[in-house]
Amino acid sequence: MIPTWAQLVYLACAMAFILALKGLAGPRTARIGNLIGAAAAVVAVATPFFYLELDHVPLILAAVALGSAIGVVGARRVQMTQMPQMVALFNGVGGGAAALVALLELQELGPHADDVGWFTLAATAFTILVGSVSFAGSAVTFAKLQELMTSRPVVFPGLPVFFALAVVAGIVLGVLVVTDPGMSVGIPLAALGLLLGVLLVLPVGGADVPIVISLLNAFTGLTVAAGGYVLGNVVLLVAGTLVGASGTFLTLLMARAMGRSVSNILFGALRGGSTLGAGEASDRPVRSAGPEDVAILLGYAERVIIVPGYGLAVAQAQHTLRELVDVLLTRGARVDYAIHPVAGRMPGHMNVLLAEAQVPYDQLVEMDDINGEFKHTDVVLVVGANDVVNPAAKTTPGAPIYGMPILDVDEARQVVFLKRSMRPGFAGIENELLFDPRTSLLFGDAKDSLAKVLSAVKAL
Amino acid sequence: MSEPVVWLTIFLLSVFVGVEVIAKVSSTLHTPLMSGANAIHGVILLGAVIVTGSTESTVALVVGLVAIVLAAVNMIGGFVVTDRMLQMFVRRKPGGGK
Repeated sequence: MIPTWAQLVYLACAMAFILALKGLAGPRTARIGNLIGAAAAVVAVATPFFYLELDHVPLILAAVALGSAIGVVGARRVQMTQMPQMVALFNGVGGGAAALVALLELQELGPHADDVGWFTLAATAFTILVGSVSFAGSAVTFAKLQELMTSRPVVFPGLPVFFALAVVAGIVLGVLVVTDPGMSVGIPLAALGLLLGVLLVLPVGGADVPIVISLLNAFTGLTVAAGGYVLGNVVLLVAGTLVGASGTFLTLLMARAMGRSVSNILFGALRGGSTLGAGEASDRPVRSAGPEDVAILLGYAERVIIVPGYGLAVAQAQHTLRELVDVLLTRGARVDYAIHPVAGRMPGHMNVLLAEAQVPYDQLVEMDDINGEFKHTDVVLVVGANDVVNPAAKTTPGAPIYGMPILDVDEARQVVFLKRSMRPGFAGIENELLFDPRTSLLFGDAKDSLAKVLSAVKAL
Repeated sequence: MSEPVVWLTIFLLSVFVGVEVIAKVSSTLHTPLMSGANAIHGVILLGAVIVTGSTESTVALVVGLVAIVLAAVNMIGGFVVTDRMLQMFVRRKPGGGK
């Protein structure tokens, strides 16, 4: 039995987690919210040391220290461009931890199965299965985002059938855990969860991977909640449920921002080859321009909009871009940055990337506010973005990004793309806008190109 | 109320709270919010500690310690990386230099 004081501490921690999430939802309160969450987590983890007669305390503390050290080093070293895969990785290990905890609990419960009740055993089975799905699924999303494997959907014939069979097998094993609890079922259940996780994420295309990360995040939350029920611990129940519910909701919000449904993202590739992009460079003619041409376009434009993309961040070209914008501003042009909600590798990622580069916040304009401006714009400079300006989202049903709201760059008088190559964007489809007669392309590394354009503008 | 019903009540109320608290979040904050929520479920570390601290067999101890390491990576790493992101949102001086 947990003593009353400890239960009250757990209750306080659960409430702190609610405050933390609430804080994270607003820009002014986000940081303090996160710190409240961290403090509550530390207090919650410290509590059992004071009321339980725990064995192996030195080993446990060593393991906590090791995990914390790995977490801190990873969190400090990761580049902002790699944030989505970092979130996936952290989520995956959390899911793995929940599955292992449930496996251990199953071993404890096994001999006393009659006293435990079927619901507890079902919750244990759920945690093992879904925790493993989360672990393996996150590992695949990590591999896709880190480009350890292709980011395009991977489908093989019979995948839907195989997947359905695996789900049925999961349910059967789950029932077996309830009727005959023990490791002999628990371990196959975990293995099946790993398989399901891989099968779930393989068919998801690169551009949709962040949505899946969010969904797996919600899954892990629910496993933690189920684990809380099994262990009779209210903090785990509340914290896990909060993350599960808000994560599911966040997943829906993100999917809506991309004009997609979650089922389409998960199973679209299974229904047909339509979400497969070409993934290859085209050899159709384009109009390429030199830095001087671009400088003349920009230098004499009255209205300029910059569309920053992931390519900008990868090239670390933010500061050069800022300098260029400053020069254009002193020449009397009006310049804004247009921020697409899913620019970057994950919703809201571009805001993080530009915040890192300390681009003045008041120059960043969100999609809905700037979309009407493009038709009055002399030059749009697209730096390392592709999918978020691709008119195929409006014109080509069946394209992976069809239905996603885009920046209406195609309405501007002139468009300049800074690109490394003709390789399509993350969604793997070609952008018709590249072949438009009003479009010029300046090939090369974004930082390099911007530096050349900058000196050419200064020389005007 | 029987105990399972109490748990069910807490669960359902938490679902509503979870949805309500993030109902109006702007897309600007989706990345940090996801990362922050991720860190919060790292509190499974608590479960890992309790289970490991009451285990007898060596195999279970090793599994438990692995779970603790994984959960601690999730929890501590998640909070640190979220803070790193949010720090940049806060430092928003108009026209601030490099």
